[in-house]
Amino acid sequence: MKGIITVLGKDRVGIIAKVCTYLSEQGINILDISQSIVQGYFNMLMIADFTASGERFIQISEELEKLGGEIGVKIKLQHEDIFNTMHKV
Amino acid sequence: MLSKYEIFETNKMIEESNLDVRTITMGISLMDCADGSLEKFNGKIYEKITRSAERLVKTGDEIARQFGVPIVNKRISVTPVSIAAAGCEAESFLSVAKTLDKAAKTVGVNFIGGYSALVHKGSTRGDVTLVRGIPEALSETDRVCSSVNLASSRAGINMNAVRKMGEIIKDMAERTKEQGSIACAKFVVFCNAVEDNPFMAGAFHGVGEREAVINVGVSGPGVVKRALESARGADFETLCEIIKRTAFKITRVGQLVAQEAARRLGVPFGIIDLSLAPTPAIGDSIAEIFQEMGLEHAGAPGTTAALAILNDNVKKGGIMASSYVGGLSGAFIPVSEDRGMIEAAQKGALTLEKLEALTCVCSVGLDMVAIPGDTPAETISGIIADEMAIGMVNNKTTAVRIIPAAGKNVGDTVEFGGLLGSAPVMPVNRFACGDFIRRGGRIPPPVHSFKN
Repeated sequence: MKGIITVLGKDRVGIIAKVCTYLSEQGINILDISQSIVQGYFNMLMIADFTASGERFIQISEELEKLGGEIGVKIKLQHEDIFNTMHKV
Repeated sequence: MLSKYEIFETNKMIEESNLDVRTITMGISLMDCADGSLEKFNGKIYEKITRSAERLVKTGDEIARQFGVPIVNKRISVTPVSIAAAGCEAESFLSVAKTLDKAAKTVGVNFIGGYSALVHKGSTRGDVTLVRGIPEALSETDRVCSSVNLASSRAGINMNAVRKMGEIIKDMAERTKEQGSIACAKFVVFCNAVEDNPFMAGAFHGVGEREAVINVGVSGPGVVKRALESARGADFETLCEIIKRTAFKITRVGQLVAQEAARRLGVPFGIIDLSLAPTPAIGDSIAEIFQEMGLEHAGAPGTTAALAILNDNVKKGGIMASSYVGGLSGAFIPVSEDRGMIEAAQKGALTLEKLEALTCVCSVGLDMVAIPGDTPAETISGIIADEMAIGMVNNKTTAVRIIPAAGKNVGDTVEFGGLLGSAPVMPVNRFACGDFIRRGGRIPPPVHSFKN
């Protein structure tokens, strides 16, 4: 199962590093990253493999949100199915 | 593969346009709780509800977290109490209402519906006991919702019951005078009530339903409004297409949440209710959709046509997105719960008569409408009779949830708080209908052919 991580906020040093470090500690493999900065605002989209996370998905989601709070950005983890069901028939 | 655009579009709907799942409602049958002893009946229903819905709130919260979409309400509907408790030797079902309230608080749901009776053709002993006790039940509980089905296209309108409703609505308004007559906000009367409605105050678990079921109500007027911003000045074909596409996307989220909730709770999925339900939040309003379509305010000439377009296209888009569509499935136009409607009523753009006309083309009727506290009971019955007639003749569900705000007059505002919002007191036609209402009896059903 894949999870979609979106990060939004004011750009600063080390956002990707923090998120990636946390995910690697959790044994989550990142499949795709795209990132852009528009007028100083950081916008990142990450697709990661959560097959190994099992029941910990909710916990990881809460911890990512907390991590975002620490570095001043908004981090959201969502199960890929919300996007698949909405956009694919 | 998902595109970046799709991911951001979904999250924009959630974060900027208030996309949410309005309610996961678990329907629970109380049929097997029947008992001659009221005390034993109460014990059984408390046990069954708290056992069946034990994990409802927690599961709803987990699903919301997993998909990153808010699930606003977790609720319960039960078999109409007048049927389930019919076998009890009792003069009053107040203790049943209190048991339901206690069960709702134990499992953490914000409303429990089903303190209800179906009397469209006539009343049983259980119906009479229940209806008589509604004002007491709703003023002495916090989370219990009540409904009465007064009419159907097949049976006609039970005018004895319609007359009684005016009296009990006045009674419960008076009893909860200090809280803005809030008991009236927890009570609705229907014509052609549906058995799988997940929305309050009218939710109950129909007698044709299974043991337990998960019904989900979606929402998203803000999303529709935002989508229409891209089509200012476009023709009606374009307008309809945008609404359909948006409704499809909104409903898919509801379907996903419903299936996931059903799977996790081990309870079968029932239906998705496609109703667009507004909230008092900015940007979550049906009236704002009308404005986006080109009307100065809800209630302006053209509003009925605009609502017909909205309602029909939400259904067209939503039906393909879900395996089972049911409930009320149409736009809701509650005045107090919609900022745009409140404003339109305050400016005089929206009147009770226009709201009545709107009910010909949408799912419910006069909803969360405050009227002066000194409105006679018979006038309220007259208003109800008109709505019942619209539903009966047009083979559709209509409803009335009206608040004769005790001690208030036109120009005043009644505050309910939370999702129930605040209602401006609207003027009522002052001419009398007492002699008509006092006739009593039943209006026979209309002819079902010769449709011209």
